[in-house]
Amino acid sequence: MKLTRAAFALPLAIILAACGQEAVTPAPDAAGLPAPLSAEGDFGATLQAALISAKPGDTILMPEGTFSLIDPLSLDVDGVTLRGASQGGTVLDFAQQAGAGEGLLVTSDDVTLQDFTVRDTKGDGIKSKGADRITYKYLTVEWSGEPDETNGAYGIYPVESTDVLVEHVTVRGASDAGIYVGQSKNIIVRNSVVEYNVAGIEIENSTGADVYGNIARNNTGGILVFDLPALPVSGGNSTRIYSNQIVANNTRNFAPPGNIVAGVPSGTGVIIMANRNVHVFENTFDNNRSAHVLITAYSEPFTDPAYNPLPRDIVVRDNTYSGGGDDPQGTLAPLAAALGGQLPPIVWDGVATWTGATEPQAVNLTIAEAPEVGFLNLGVPAYPLDPAAIAPSPDRPVGTPPAEPAAIVLAHVKD
Amino acid sequence: MRLAALLLAAFLAGCGARSASGPDLDVILAEAPAETLSAYGLFADIAAANPASGVVPYELATPLFSDHAEKHRLVFVPGGKSAAYLKDDVFAFPVGTVLVKTFAFAPDMRTPEAGAYRVETRLLIHKETGWAAYPYLWNEAGTEATYSPVGGRRTIETISPAGDPLTIRYAIPNQNQCKTCHQAGSALSPIGPKARNLNHEGQLEDWAARGILTGLPAGLAPAPAMYDVSLPVEVRARAWLDINCAHCHKPDGSASNSGLWLSATETDPVKLGIGKHPVAAGRGAGALMQVVVPGKPDDSILAFRMASVEPGVAMPELGRTVPDPDGLALVRSWIAEMDAP
Repeated sequence: MKLTRAAFALPLAIILAACGQEAVTPAPDAAGLPAPLSAEGDFGATLQAALISAKPGDTILMPEGTFSLIDPLSLDVDGVTLRGASQGGTVLDFAQQAGAGEGLLVTSDDVTLQDFTVRDTKGDGIKSKGADRITYKYLTVEWSGEPDETNGAYGIYPVESTDVLVEHVTVRGASDAGIYVGQSKNIIVRNSVVEYNVAGIEIENSTGADVYGNIARNNTGGILVFDLPALPVSGGNSTRIYSNQIVANNTRNFAPPGNIVAGVPSGTGVIIMANRNVHVFENTFDNNRSAHVLITAYSEPFTDPAYNPLPRDIVVRDNTYSGGGDDPQGTLAPLAAALGGQLPPIVWDGVATWTGATEPQAVNLTIAEAPEVGFLNLGVPAYPLDPAAIAPSPDRPVGTPPAEPAAIVLAHVKD
Repeated sequence: MRLAALLLAAFLAGCGARSASGPDLDVILAEAPAETLSAYGLFADIAAANPASGVVPYELATPLFSDHAEKHRLVFVPGGKSAAYLKDDVFAFPVGTVLVKTFAFAPDMRTPEAGAYRVETRLLIHKETGWAAYPYLWNEAGTEATYSPVGGRRTIETISPAGDPLTIRYAIPNQNQCKTCHQAGSALSPIGPKARNLNHEGQLEDWAARGILTGLPAGLAPAPAMYDVSLPVEVRARAWLDINCAHCHKPDGSASNSGLWLSATETDPVKLGIGKHPVAAGRGAGALMQVVVPGKPDDSILAFRMASVEPGVAMPELGRTVPDPDGLALVRSWIAEMDAP
């Protein structure tokens, strides 16, 4: 029996590892690591004291164990590595958290966070703001229990930063986005697992992102590339989404209503909204019940004169699609109902202008998929939506494919 | 005689006995913080909270709300130097300036002097390299405060100024959290000491007369105070938002990425939250759609978060565990009287 089980388990482990299903932490190299912090006494105070007194170049090693923290943590020293025993072995549990907006806040440059779990924070999980050349790796951020409106918004949340690496992380249960990169530039999000979040991965108001090798499953929406008005940084562009598995993102939308992702229809694989030069290729889409790829304009009124609400220069090519589109949700439900209840893999709202636009804008959409891959232009003339005015069409627009952005090179990552 | 006194002072300085000889610039400008508050020489009698000569008490027209704590502020500007007046920003204080803020409670905050005890004192020191923030915690006897970069919590039993019994899990911020509120770009900056907070009851004229402020224009309009009922509600509410929110909600503050900017000088309605959707608020938005909905305080995320005590929802994120009833009422009135667009 024991032998049988082992014989069964081993190949499965290999398969899972090959798929990147679960990030497996490499054993810490004992050489060069400091002694771990003491697990005795008030660990939150011990850790925060270490984070304050750290010097550039230091590694802070946390011991194995689960630690209940009352107050949030913060790091404001450049060049520090914060490391646990392993991704699941060191758990910072914030279920009893009494203050502030996130579990861990990083505000310094050249920081590496690795090999630990952050659980049940009251707000965001780990936030880094104005923290250039940051690395998040082999981390888990999760909210336990069923997806819930009272979970924190973002799991991993770099914002206003240049050179951001997120890899081999797992995020579960975020009521907004599992991995959210906002108002940043030069970004890689790879080889990570995001599940049971409203949005799996969201790249927002950012420039230059490569998102690849990830598994986005059982979220409300898998991977989002957005640009929003009235923010200090906008004009998001140049993102590549490739070689991801984007599967069964059919979880109900549990975002608090005022947030932009509250509008994400359950069952969408990729959404591109109001962003420019976005390339979606060689991904595997399966069983996303609304649509695998949704390309849309920003639909709310805005006053920001510099803002362009249209998706522009979008390429969707060479992806694999199966299932899905059979039970469209949210704003797509009534539109699909008028079209027989189903949607094809790729859906564009068709909006090409907005109130205040001085001339028609070039959306420039390229759909380079096999002929049998279905496409629908909903034919929405403009927002606000008037269901009576839509003119759906299955014809693919004929775009001029923009040059694909070069692979992202991060200043702090050699590979 | 005079020479003898000087020699004596020098001798005492050498011994580190600071209390009799006033602020010690060597300690103030040292790279590391002193272990004890008394070492700075900012108090003539630290147990009695009597400031040393040259250390000047001051007050803000509208103070930041901190769980009903009574705050005592002192400023020290090194002899022969002065701060330069700036119209909208924190005054340009010289190197060596120390801003001292002590947080005290009493058993009944309707009579805050009776049985008052100090909990913490925060120093903002203008070093050669910029401002540094150091927290100090008071001992039970109230005779000394010790450097405490990690912060912590203390349970305070008191009665609010409105007469309600309160149990406060008062949060003493850690040194990094100082920066959360005091951030200006990549540096630290004081929040309170600018003209719109200080110019009341002749305070700035007093600073000028003492020689610690230069360039004070004549005929400056007084700082609006939230409690001044002769002022329009909008002015009072904006004064409250400015001192309680704008240190983070400004272009180079901790909440810059929100695009919600709440300083008293902001004029763009969207940046003030009017008709603005939340960005990264998550459950902080409640079930509400916009930051400020004119005429509808109950529908406005701003008022919702001010009223909350839940971590992840409550705003400001730091510095309070109970709502500010007066500030909340004022901001709700401001929203209620706004005309729909």
